[in-house]
Amino acid sequence: MGAQKKRAAAAAAAARVSEDPDDLARQPLQAILLADSFTTKFRPITLERPKVLLPLVNVPMINYTLAWLEAAGVAEVFVFCCAHSKQVIDYLENSEWFSQPNFTVKTIESHNIISAGDALRLIYEQNVIHGDFVLISGDTVSNMSLTQALQEHKERKKKDNNAVMTMIIKKSKPSPITRQSRLGTDELFMAIDPNTKQLLYYEDKADHSKGTICLDKMLLAENPSISLHNDKQDCYIDICSPEVLSLFTDNFDYQHLRRHFVKGLLLDDIMGYKIFTHEIHSSYAARIDNYRSYDIVSKDIIQRWTYPYVPDVKFCGNRATKLERRGICFTAFNSEIEQSRSAQVGSFTVIGYGTKIGSNSKISDSVIGEGCTIGSNVLIEGSYIWDNVIIEDGCELRHVIVCDGVIMKAGAVLKPGVVLSFKVVIGERFVVPAYSKVSLLQQPTVHDSDEELEYADNSSGTVEFSSIQGTADQSNGEMTSESSEAHKPKLGTGGVGYIWSICEGGQEEEWRHSVAPIPEDKLTELSEAMDDDQELVTQDRTALSTSGELISDSNASEGDDNEDSKDDSVYFEKEVEATFLRAVEENVKVDHVILEVNSLRLSYNMTSADCAGAVFYSMMKLAIKTPHSSASELQQNTANIITTWQKLLKSYLLEIDEEIEIILKFEEMCLESAKEFSPLFARILHILYDKDILQEDAILRWADEKEGADESDKVFVRQSEKFIQWLREASEEED
Amino acid sequence: MPDIQALVSDLASKLRKRRVQGSYETARLTAELLCAVILQHKEPTTNGAASLIEAVRRVGEQLIAANPVELAVGNIVRHVLHIIREEDLSPLTDIVGELKLSAEDDVEDIAEDENSQKSSATTDGCLLKPPLLLAVFEHLPDSATACQTFSSENIFAGKADKSAKKLKSELIKAVNELIEDINTCREGIAEQAMELIHQNEVILTLGHSKFVKEFLCAAKEKKRSFEVFIADGAPKFEGHILAKELDKKGLKAIVITDSAVFAMISRVNMVIVGVHAVMANGGVIAPAGLHVLALAAKKHDVPFVVVASTHELCSLYPHNLEVLLNEMRCPSELLNFEEFSDCIDYGIASSSSLLHVVNPAFDYVPPELISLFVTDIGGYSPSYIYRLIADYYSSEDLPPQQKPAS
Repeated sequence: MGAQKKRAAAAAAAARVSEDPDDLARQPLQAILLADSFTTKFRPITLERPKVLLPLVNVPMINYTLAWLEAAGVAEVFVFCCAHSKQVIDYLENSEWFSQPNFTVKTIESHNIISAGDALRLIYEQNVIHGDFVLISGDTVSNMSLTQALQEHKERKKKDNNAVMTMIIKKSKPSPITRQSRLGTDELFMAIDPNTKQLLYYEDKADHSKGTICLDKMLLAENPSISLHNDKQDCYIDICSPEVLSLFTDNFDYQHLRRHFVKGLLLDDIMGYKIFTHEIHSSYAARIDNYRSYDIVSKDIIQRWTYPYVPDVKFCGNRATKLERRGICFTAFNSEIEQSRSAQVGSFTVIGYGTKIGSNSKISDSVIGEGCTIGSNVLIEGSYIWDNVIIEDGCELRHVIVCDGVIMKAGAVLKPGVVLSFKVVIGERFVVPAYSKVSLLQQPTVHDSDEELEYADNSSGTVEFSSIQGTADQSNGEMTSESSEAHKPKLGTGGVGYIWSICEGGQEEEWRHSVAPIPEDKLTELSEAMDDDQELVTQDRTALSTSGELISDSNASEGDDNEDSKDDSVYFEKEVEATFLRAVEENVKVDHVILEVNSLRLSYNMTSADCAGAVFYSMMKLAIKTPHSSASELQQNTANIITTWQKLLKSYLLEIDEEIEIILKFEEMCLESAKEFSPLFARILHILYDKDILQEDAILRWADEKEGADESDKVFVRQSEKFIQWLREASEEED
Repeated sequence: MPDIQALVSDLASKLRKRRVQGSYETARLTAELLCAVILQHKEPTTNGAASLIEAVRRVGEQLIAANPVELAVGNIVRHVLHIIREEDLSPLTDIVGELKLSAEDDVEDIAEDENSQKSSATTDGCLLKPPLLLAVFEHLPDSATACQTFSSENIFAGKADKSAKKLKSELIKAVNELIEDINTCREGIAEQAMELIHQNEVILTLGHSKFVKEFLCAAKEKKRSFEVFIADGAPKFEGHILAKELDKKGLKAIVITDSAVFAMISRVNMVIVGVHAVMANGGVIAPAGLHVLALAAKKHDVPFVVVASTHELCSLYPHNLEVLLNEMRCPSELLNFEEFSDCIDYGIASSSSLLHVVNPAFDYVPPELISLFVTDIGGYSPSYIYRLIADYYSSEDLPPQQKPAS
């Protein structure tokens, strides 16, 4: 039995090896389609319907993805259903996708999966993926051709077995003001090797407040060339080798595809797995991640960037619409709509089959589903209205999403950013405030800001809901009257539904991901904030550069121009200065300051001469910063500070070299950063001598050293000539 | 039968997804598919032709709906329907001939233009009469159906059994000839090159058309020396491909931009272009940019010659509502999405971006701007097109959508 098995395995292996070269080309391409995004961005809608079935320009999203997969030459798709799996499977079974020649769609169902990582682990266990596969989620719209990317992936794989994944990226400029892409996702930073296209760094959650990102030094050291991008958009289409699945199984803590898997692979250099990128130029690819991208992608579809997946082309079971010319641009129409003569339907609008539009209504830049009834004098702008919605006379809708079966009573107003979930009823003349989300279901109370937990909550919450929903729906049917009674004040007279409270901290960010465009005032606010930031940054930079110069010069005089140590000494000096200033402000004991400076010295690996220089530098800086009107006052200030802190300074002046360092430092300051001291050089030197900080030997040695220097360097020696002369005489006398 | 259904839906989905494009390719595939449909069709003992017509029409409607812009599909479907009707009628001609229907004189001059399958089917060209007359007097469809029912039920019924098989084999033969015609139409067109292109002439063309290429190459092969201006045909710039191909054949080609056509037209002796479809009134649906070129040619009295094969002849008029004259293609052919991604951001401040891209695929060129059609069956003036169409299609099939299911 065992032997038999072995033989079979060997035969299989042999077959695989022999087939290998053309096998790669001939093997039918497989794809994994995740019909669940494992996030809560589309709540409350996704409590009742899975995200992939939400209509995008009147066609459920998953059709765009499947149509693309089919066109791209994928032979077999595994649709992984989790939340509302029954709805997804029912939909697919009734669609034409199951009856396509050369294109098989299979569903994998699971209820206790809480992340993409778990889903891939489950698929690995089922052992259905045999070769390279496309990993995509069911909310991606694209029209790119896979051939080239696939070819590249396979060639790389042949050369280097560790090239496990090819990620599709597209150039898209992020807005400098909001720091997010046009799809409403955060600005993404990528480091890519320009020659091999290898992905070296991926950061989608960068901290924008600082305006900086940190790269590992090794990244620069190991790669001969590297290009950093913030203008690339991740299309969330990945071509993976089968190893990816086993990697997920090996690393059971991988949950999120990008946050854990990609970053994990990039950081982990033990296994040496590599991720590459493929950039698409003319073709389109985007993932619908939040309400904003729903809006943007819808508009891209209407403007035909996704051709041939556009409303007037019958790419799946949808009813083809006809284009009609409105002004210069086009509007997609179904022939069977009843439109009043006085109704104005503007350009870039799609209107579904069997919809009625009353007189004097104005519709522009919107998508309206099938079987809707729109009364007269209604204003609809930039909105997404799904099927069988009833909008009575005089309503106003701007930049909102209205789900199936919603009833809006006469005169109701939806402010920008509102989302009305299924079958909500808005009362007469009720104004729904901006960015609010209204649902028949109550807001789940669990709220954890912790990300990991969020995953767990999300999907289990969703699953729970889907199971409860059946009963909830039934009871709702009977209880609508009661619940509407109870919530009358919330949605106006006759209104049914709950307004979800925006979770704490969410309010601030709500506008970023909403369907509504970013309001003008937010933009100005942001750009002002950004200007301030920039000023801060530039200020920092100037401060840095001056002190940097100081240090580099002093280092040069010591013949030490190592780049690293120069950098370090700049930081060290800054830190010492900060410590010193804090000590002055807070009246810290001298002993404590010494202790702190010592610890800094250890951590930066500095000599005591460096410490002395830094401490002295900070003291002089303090002196010059203290307000003063004349040179004598400045001298007085300096004397005071030196007196107060002489103990600190002295603790670093163990030998004569350190004292000379101080003089050199002082000289340098007088020449560059603190020219005010230059006339006072001799006097302050005297003070230092008086306070026993500098010994005469040090001063004399300094003078001797300077003897042979250029004339320009001798300015201060000459200034203090008298003093030096006096010192010389005194020492001779002593002798 | 399920086999056929799979083939049909396969071609339909290819058309729908715009994977099969161009009139030549679509025409060929459609004809091959219809041939298979006829071959597989199980005829009922009576009324064989009618059920066959019904089957072909049903398939045709599916295909036309899949991509209404590809008019060649409809052309082939209608042509095949026309062939069936004729084959159905041809045994009748003996009987009808006896009944002495007149007006033979009218028809005789047309007979020479007819395809071989038709002349083989009949001796005196009498069969041409009903379609021709009906096409000219379009308001008489009733008489056509009357004629149809009359023929198939009363007279033909007795011979049904025997002729059913004969009909089918004749049909297969005829449709195969049609496929053959489609495959060889380029040579037919190219044969006339020598008569039209003269020594040291300057020819202007736009974009890339296989017909134009063959036409030019045929003249070159016969040692004519001439120059070709190629307008590059934005936004696809297929003119560049043509320039490459002509270069390989040793033809002197000069590439210009579309916008330079007016400047160049005065030096040109003749404009030769390929088109998407020829409408019944003699106008053409052509790649965008041709209308401008046609106007420029008119202004300078330069002959504007259209090369088209018979499968591009469309029995519809440009004002027919059923005709989808244009297709708006992807804006990324014009604009680089990446460069403009910040302009096409609808998320900022104003809801809709101010930048829009309109990329129509076709122009309509009215017949008065066209000097000559060169087809695989000879050269014709635009005013003669309706006669050609009457030869190729039966009026019963004209607007297939409006036809009630019989």
